Amino acid sequence: MIRFERVSVTYASAGKPALSDVTLDIDEGELVLVVGRTGSGKSTLLRTINGLVPHFSGGTLQGRVVVDGRDTRLFRPRDLADAVGFVGQDPLAGFVTDRVEDELAYGMESLSLPPQVMRKRVEETLDVLGLADLRQRALADLSGGQRQRVAIGSVLTMHPRVLVLDEPTSALDPQASEEVLATLQRLVHDLGLTVVIAEHRLERVVQYADRVVYLPGAGGRVVSGTPRDMMRVSELTPPVVELGLWAGWAPLPLSVREARRAAGGLRARLTENGSPRKPASDVGTACTRVEELVVSYSGVPALRGVDLVTRHGQVTALMGRNGAGKSSLLAAMVGLVPVSSGRVEVEGIAPNSVRPAELMRRVGLVPQEPADLLYADTVSGECEQADRDAGAASGSCRHLFSALAPGVPDEVHPRDLSEGQRLSLVLAVVMNSGPAQLLLDEPTRGLDYTAKRRLVTAIRALASTGHAIVLATHDVELVAEVADRVVVLADGEVVADGPTAEVVVASPAFAPQVAKVLAPGPWLTVADVVTAAGAAS
Amino acid sequence: MRAAASLTLPRALHPGAWWLWALGLAAAASRTTNPVLLVLIIAVTGFVVTARRTDDPWAGAFSAFLKLSLVLIAIRVVLQALLSRSSQGVTVLFTLPEVPLPSWLAGVKLGGAVTAEAVLTATYAGLQLATILCCVGAANALASARRLLATVPGALYEAGVACVVALSFAPQLVTDARRIRQAHRLRGHSPRRLAGLRRTAMPVLEGALDRSIELAAAMDARGYGRTGNASPSSRRITTALVAGGLLSMCVGGYGLLDGSGAQLRGLPTLLLGTVLAGGGLAVGGRRTQRTRYRPDPWALPEWLVAGSGLSAAVALFATAATTPAVLTVPSPLALPAVPVAAVLGILVGLLPAVVAPPVPHRVGAVASRQPRTAQVSA
Repeated sequence: MIRFERVSVTYASAGKPALSDVTLDIDEGELVLVVGRTGSGKSTLLRTINGLVPHFSGGTLQGRVVVDGRDTRLFRPRDLADAVGFVGQDPLAGFVTDRVEDELAYGMESLSLPPQVMRKRVEETLDVLGLADLRQRALADLSGGQRQRVAIGSVLTMHPRVLVLDEPTSALDPQASEEVLATLQRLVHDLGLTVVIAEHRLERVVQYADRVVYLPGAGGRVVSGTPRDMMRVSELTPPVVELGLWAGWAPLPLSVREARRAAGGLRARLTENGSPRKPASDVGTACTRVEELVVSYSGVPALRGVDLVTRHGQVTALMGRNGAGKSSLLAAMVGLVPVSSGRVEVEGIAPNSVRPAELMRRVGLVPQEPADLLYADTVSGECEQADRDAGAASGSCRHLFSALAPGVPDEVHPRDLSEGQRLSLVLAVVMNSGPAQLLLDEPTRGLDYTAKRRLVTAIRALASTGHAIVLATHDVELVAEVADRVVVLADGEVVADGPTAEVVVASPAFAPQVAKVLAPGPWLTVADVVTAAGAAS
Repeated sequence: MRAAASLTLPRALHPGAWWLWALGLAAAASRTTNPVLLVLIIAVTGFVVTARRTDDPWAGAFSAFLKLSLVLIAIRVVLQALLSRSSQGVTVLFTLPEVPLPSWLAGVKLGGAVTAEAVLTATYAGLQLATILCCVGAANALASARRLLATVPGALYEAGVACVVALSFAPQLVTDARRIRQAHRLRGHSPRRLAGLRRTAMPVLEGALDRSIELAAAMDARGYGRTGNASPSSRRITTALVAGGLLSMCVGGYGLLDGSGAQLRGLPTLLLGTVLAGGGLAVGGRRTQRTRYRPDPWALPEWLVAGSGLSAAVALFATAATTPAVLTVPSPLALPAVPVAAVLGILVGLLPAVVAPPVPHRVGAVASRQPRTAQVSA
């Protein structure tokens, strides 16, 4: 179906190729998962399939890519629109119209399909993707999962043979990503579509893949194989695979179900030991106090009476679906939104009552789009500005940044950093003024496993030096790794608050993979299991 | 009878019909400064908007335009009061302190006596502009701008797409700017610092650029521009014809509405422009073979709505040709005349409140409709 013959791609301004010497055959009806670190060329590989590279992006493509018998050197992306459906990272940015129904028809209008055919296909697609109730809705009003499904629908109506998706679930909460993956499963099994996905969140997709293509980056050779074989050699693995590798299970489990069936012995062996986590009484003094907080946006309450006390040295995870009030709570804690009633105090002062320059010494927020905080042209310029803002010694921000992300040259533009490096830079800028309370909003969006591991280390280090940390996140694995305590918000209210293991183990949505495998045991990560097993033997 | 021709089957009316109706009323308003007729036109537009508006976000446009009109009249009256000269009437309402001005400003007077004649003349002139604004506001409230753009002929398709994209980018820019200003607070910068402007503008523009590149990639991947196989020369001919046609339509339309004896020249220019633009659209339309998903039908209700607006215009133009005196107020303090033919013509503009198909209830929007209906009736 798709054939890569010795494909190399070099972008105009880059010295080394983004993709080198890829030879690959993808058969009809396969679900192929492309994995690799940030910057390893995943997006480039996906974009060569419909000719966006090099027709749209520029650069040089050597070798050839043949899709459904068409050579992408001779066919522009628009001429391949009826063969390849391409869904980009941010579905909202790719929408041309404003209503669901019109969006589904847009591609067909460009293909000049007769009106009767369009009408029929729109109705069919609405049914296949379960969008019938949303047909009249404005695209801007949809939830993340619904948007992603509309984006898939908008290319499906052209009846492509291949569907290409760039990180379809990275920005979604667990429930919405289930929704999208279930849809993809159905398309592969019922319609026989060939699907190519790039995704960082391996734990969500690897079990559905027929084949995994691993891009080592930096000129390394691209390898592909069955998910089981590839997971043995890949440096990026989901927790369930890590557990399987450690325990030596064969065949290697890819899903929770497979691992759970293999884990009977391990569960029995571990049960004699208690939780390896430190007990809940071991906490510091209060840092931020939130009492009966109500926040409303034009009359609609986002928070209805929230109580929360954060403590020095404690990592608190805020969880809950999109729109549950997580971001509003963080914004209220740094005084970005007016408090309708109730009280917020960070180390004894109300964030709304002091000047920003004063507030930043007490509380720092890393927003969902970390790049919003950056405005200098170079990394060193950004760090110097941060030193001036904070009144800190010259070079202190740069020092923090180098510790978080070593080896980044001074003159790089912040926009050219990888997601992980950019997050590190923002974290360094925020921590430079020495706030005791650190808030992170969705810090792992777009991070690969390596960058995430580095973030985990940084958060742990900050917590051990007495910082109070609050993370708002959908990433259950991150929560399992770093959080001491989990607070679950729903509809603007706190519905659960307690030590991580207690809150997440029994929850179908928030339990990490290891907990699902070993439930009802209190172990959340592979490291926990290793420690517990060490104590047992 | 076709379903689309039914006057009672709920559906969205063709946006072009609403615009023709509104432009007809606006043209009628441009003929007169008679306050009775102008207030009548505003009342007609307001009534139709209330009867046929949807619960879409833009449906609130009418009240915004109405407020703008009131502000406009107020500004006009205040300026007139400040700058009025005694030559404009003898009925002095009150006297403001006069500001002495240098000799080279001899023609201008600031302050002094304010006459009722001056104030009323300003009110009537302001009222005319306000009425035209209300007509535009009514069209905005009743017709979706996007749906109107979707009906542009094939030759103007690219321009239409550009407008649609701009429509969705504008609110996004506002959101981005707000988000980035919040981020500045997080870096310890107080708002309203001079350097803040550059620091807000740059990331917002960068974000907009990123988004447009992503959108362009998405459109390319979905087949945009795939059937456009026109030769450069035919494209140039199309552009010249359409641009020339639109220009002469503007000139002709202005000549027609200006009413200062140039009407005879206005009409042929307008017709010539229409022919040119039509020719250009036909030439350009041949090259783009796009099909359209569920186009808005143009049936009996559309004819009736557009016709009702045009009839108001015709009534006023006919009155202007026969008895122009009744369309103006001879002396500002006199009671305005009430010309029957013009009043009847304007009242025909009420027709859409009945003949336009009722607004369809949107799926899933039933619950959110309830409070709004209650609000309107209260």
